[in-house]
Amino acid sequence: MLRDITLGQYFPGNSWIHRLDPRIKIMATLLFIIELFIVDNFIGFLIAAVVLGIIVAVSKVPVSYILRGLKPILLILVFTFALNMFMVKGRILWQWKFLHITAEGLELAVFMAIRLILLLMGSSMLTLCTRPIALTDGIERLLSPFKKIGLPAHDIAMMMTIALRFIPTLLEEADKIMKAQQARGADFETGNLMQRAKSLIPILVPLFVSAFRIAQDLAMAMEARCYRGGENRTRMNEMKFKGRDYAAIVMMLLFAAVIIIESKVL
Amino acid sequence: MDSIIRIENLIFEYQRDETEKPVRALKDINLEIKRGSFTAVLGKNGSGKSTLAKNLNGLLLPTGGTIYVNGYDTKDEEHIWDVRQSAGMVFQNPDNQLVSAIVEDDVAFGPENLGIEPAEIRRRVDKALNDVNMGAFKGKAPHLLSGGQKQRIAIAGVVAMKPSCIIFDEPTAMLDPKGRNEIMKIIQELHAEGITVVLITHFMEEAACADRVIIMHNGEVFLDGTPEEVFSQGEKVRSVNLDVPLAVELAAKLREEGIDIPANIIGTEEMVEYLCQYK
Amino acid sequence: MSIQVKNLKHIYEKGMPTESVAIEGISFEVGDGEFLGIIGHTGSGKSTLLQHLNGLLKPDEGTIVIGGVDITAPGVSMVDIRKRIGLVFQYPEYQLFEETVAKDVAFGPKNLGLGEEETEERVKEAIELVGLDYDDIKDRSPFELSGGQKRRVAIAGVVAMRPEVLILDEPTAGLDPKAHKDVLNMIEEVHRRTGNITVLVSHNMADIAKLSDKVLVIDSGHMVTMGTPKEVFSKREELSRVGLDLPPITNLTEELRQRGMDIEQTILSVDDAARQIAEYLKDKGHNKC
Repeated sequence: MLRDITLGQYFPGNSWIHRLDPRIKIMATLLFIIELFIVDNFIGFLIAAVVLGIIVAVSKVPVSYILRGLKPILLILVFTFALNMFMVKGRILWQWKFLHITAEGLELAVFMAIRLILLLMGSSMLTLCTRPIALTDGIERLLSPFKKIGLPAHDIAMMMTIALRFIPTLLEEADKIMKAQQARGADFETGNLMQRAKSLIPILVPLFVSAFRIAQDLAMAMEARCYRGGENRTRMNEMKFKGRDYAAIVMMLLFAAVIIIESKVL
Repeated sequence: MDSIIRIENLIFEYQRDETEKPVRALKDINLEIKRGSFTAVLGKNGSGKSTLAKNLNGLLLPTGGTIYVNGYDTKDEEHIWDVRQSAGMVFQNPDNQLVSAIVEDDVAFGPENLGIEPAEIRRRVDKALNDVNMGAFKGKAPHLLSGGQKQRIAIAGVVAMKPSCIIFDEPTAMLDPKGRNEIMKIIQELHAEGITVVLITHFMEEAACADRVIIMHNGEVFLDGTPEEVFSQGEKVRSVNLDVPLAVELAAKLREEGIDIPANIIGTEEMVEYLCQYK
Repeated sequence: MSIQVKNLKHIYEKGMPTESVAIEGISFEVGDGEFLGIIGHTGSGKSTLLQHLNGLLKPDEGTIVIGGVDITAPGVSMVDIRKRIGLVFQYPEYQLFEETVAKDVAFGPKNLGLGEEETEERVKEAIELVGLDYDDIKDRSPFELSGGQKRRVAIAGVVAMRPEVLILDEPTAGLDPKAHKDVLNMIEEVHRRTGNITVLVSHNMADIAKLSDKVLVIDSGHMVTMGTPKEVFSKREELSRVGLDLPPITNLTEELRQRGMDIEQTILSVDDAARQIAEYLKDKGHNKC
């Protein structure tokens, strides 16, 4: 179950998208998210979906893999959908006791659901097609102008690198601990909310202990490998804009222009 | 022959908390590790062997005495990075020492910290991965690899820093027999290439591969010599709760049965050879 | 009390493109009070098999009957299964979570719904069974113990549930030689005193040879062979084909036999080996060589 989470995971590959400069990809993702909030009609979403579709096709990441990443947020999706569907006032389509579905509500629910799905798929494309290290390097470089106002750009990037590295390890650990406690008769599935919350203690305590142990070991291993912060550090993969990166910038801007014009016109 | 590590009157103490009296983990240790040698350090848990290892590359600093690594005093802050670059370290838990979610980026981590040119890092990473037979895995995520493979990545990460000496702190303790064999093979290959090896372990067969065995007990050097010299003193080795290699155990039992076996036989193959002369 | 496993099959991620058969066609029996050793290298399906025996995983095919109850049948209560079958995972000390040793060991018995008195009695019994001093250790924090002690406390947590079947997955992994020996003796002692069925998974062939009544060999999800240690370890080629070694002493004596020394086949202990070699050499007139 826990292993199904693909959110934030990297999908190894060598596609055009994979090889783009991480800074471009980060900016493109941010732009994509902003555009999703500018869009106010279904045709706009259709354009965004087509663009995303092309990106997915070029990246060669299996669609099923991306969809699997949506599973954990399915609950949120259903919840917001229901909230929108039932709460919005307007022309009533269907009614049962105090519950009623309005045409406006249904439209808004579908609208928001599409936005959320596109948002998640779009941002997961960033992590799926960018090596974690390149991603954090990109963030570090993008944030470096803010170093002057005291923003620890390198440390933020390093923290993200480590988080990405240890998410699968900690999930595995949680899985193991859960099974071990189940073998000792722990029950996570029945009881009221309080009882269930309490039944998490036998998982959370060992998990925290493990996390601290990992942190301690890792800190020592990093020091042993001469880590001393961002000063004087070099990179194996230097970041230089290449032809494809400029091409990507042009396409990005074109897409942004289309979206803005489209939402103004319609 | 010159020494890569020189330990003079090393004392190490630590405090569990402020109110407690400090515990003396290492008591007046004097050792020299020769360049290009292969030293195994044995001892049960709490004997001070891991503390010693962490002192050898400045992760811990001596309470008393001095350690020189490649001529640098580990207490000299100006040269601490030279010390750590000279004496690389591989730890016990293969999961907890890999920094990056991509194999080759992890191997690059050390050289990057040293501020080496990107093209040179690339060369070193490729070579180090080939050295540990993991070249085909350079784009993989570490959490999908076996324990032995992860440990090989950790070794590559150290090799890429071009150390003169590598300290292995129980590198096989968490591995299965297959992973253990892989790691021992690589350690022997690195030694053959001229890297000084210090191997902390509690597997006797691994120690028998070394050209020098040091047994630690209660923070002191208890025995120090060639594997033959150390393991031929079976009783002494057992007295500090360690095992002896199989051949030594068998020799002791054969002597009880009235068969005389020379003390210098410590390996299984030598034992077979020796017994077969009399068939 | 006995275990009958019939034609067990388990598929991971069924229906997904990544679907893989973890175990298939596993059938074996363990009799009352027997000690079963399981060997096979990492990824052979050992852990999957163990988790079935404890009801943590359900098979896609096949049955597991323990003490006359089919634990794979729908509607079997998990509490009942866990009352009878205790499973100690690898590195079990990583599951300790309570403030005191006694409270941690009591976690299992409490989950079985036992009362205060009964729980305390079992906790005391279990802590002593694993070779620790109850009064000395009960109020200490499990996190400040030594590695070997933590391991014992964790095992006590399962022993306190008084399982009729005790399964241990690599209980000595990562321990130093002394702690390794202690934990192994402790397992033997628990087995002897409770008369339970014990299932031990280990990479250490010498330990398996020493303790097991029967040995089960699995490789890539399939049964390779099963029999007494003597039978199993006499199949040197078969084992080496699936990447498994003989116990080191057996390896040594087989080498001697191949070189022409006339001693018994498949010697499993150093004592036996010494006796046989000495006898042979004396026969040859090499009293003092």
